[in-house]
Amino acid sequence: MQSLSKHEGAEEERKRMLTAIAFYVFSAIMIASAFMVIAARNPVHSVLFLILAFFNAAGLFVLLGAEFLAMILVVVYVGAVAVLFLFVVMMLDVDFAELKKGAQQYLLAGLAVGGLLALELIFIVAYHWNITPHAVAAAAAATPAGVSNTVALGRILYTDYVYYFEVAGLVLLVAMIGAIVLTLRARPGVRRQSVWRQVSRTPENSMDLVDVEPGRGDKA
Amino acid sequence: MTVGLGDYLAVAAALFTIGVFGIFLNRKNVIVILMSIELILLAVNINFVAFSSFLGDLVGQIFALFVLTVAAAEAAIGLAILVVFFRNRHTIAVEDVNLLKG
Repeated sequence: MQSLSKHEGAEEERKRMLTAIAFYVFSAIMIASAFMVIAARNPVHSVLFLILAFFNAAGLFVLLGAEFLAMILVVVYVGAVAVLFLFVVMMLDVDFAELKKGAQQYLLAGLAVGGLLALELIFIVAYHWNITPHAVAAAAAATPAGVSNTVALGRILYTDYVYYFEVAGLVLLVAMIGAIVLTLRARPGVRRQSVWRQVSRTPENSMDLVDVEPGRGDKA
Repeated sequence: MTVGLGDYLAVAAALFTIGVFGIFLNRKNVIVILMSIELILLAVNINFVAFSSFLGDLVGQIFALFVLTVAAAEAAIGLAILVVFFRNRHTIAVEDVNLLKG
């Protein structure tokens, strides 16, 4: 009995170790590729590094037990947003070297602001916070046991937060229509088929009968 | 060697800082600025999910889902505006965005 629990303890320790290794690998790759997103010379490379960063963030979400959000991150970001970025970068004929030219002059200001921000965040994250007991007690929706993450999220999302869910759908609808309206252009001088006009033609409005006097041609 | 809430918060803070730094570094290139905003929103999402996981409260993940939605909508609209702007001016440099200047 004693040896069995010892064995389980070793197993537990091994699991924790693997989780920690996965955490460090995912976060290291994510931060490195996030840095490459802003540092890469070619924007296509930036987008590809963005995709890598999102994949590793999805890995971190899986480690945190948020499988549904991890999959949504891969589907929405990698499948839609990053591809949209890639399309735009490749479609627009932009001289990116020209845009990159004066970047050095903002380096100092960026380093100052970024360094200050990093310092503040490290200060907060490392020392000055702890969780009050009531924060845990007042949890709005505790994670239920024995139910997968997706099922648990669905149970809350479609009941308590259904109005917010509908509003999110509305936001997406507005974004979709807005993007279409913005990029749609009516080019003048393009001959298009107008099916409605063709179908609604009648003999009355497409033919004229003219009585032509003999000898005067069509001048009548 | 246990990974705690503080470790996740530190990673998110680093990502957030990189995003803010990216906006400064690529001040002319709107596409990279939009990507930096995506990185910042991702850092916020990591914070939400980390707190949600460590406090056992699923609402954090719901909110992260909404942040994701808004981020996707923002990217779509931003890129659409960018395409229209490029069509009119043949550049995407931020300094040239001064059509409304008197």
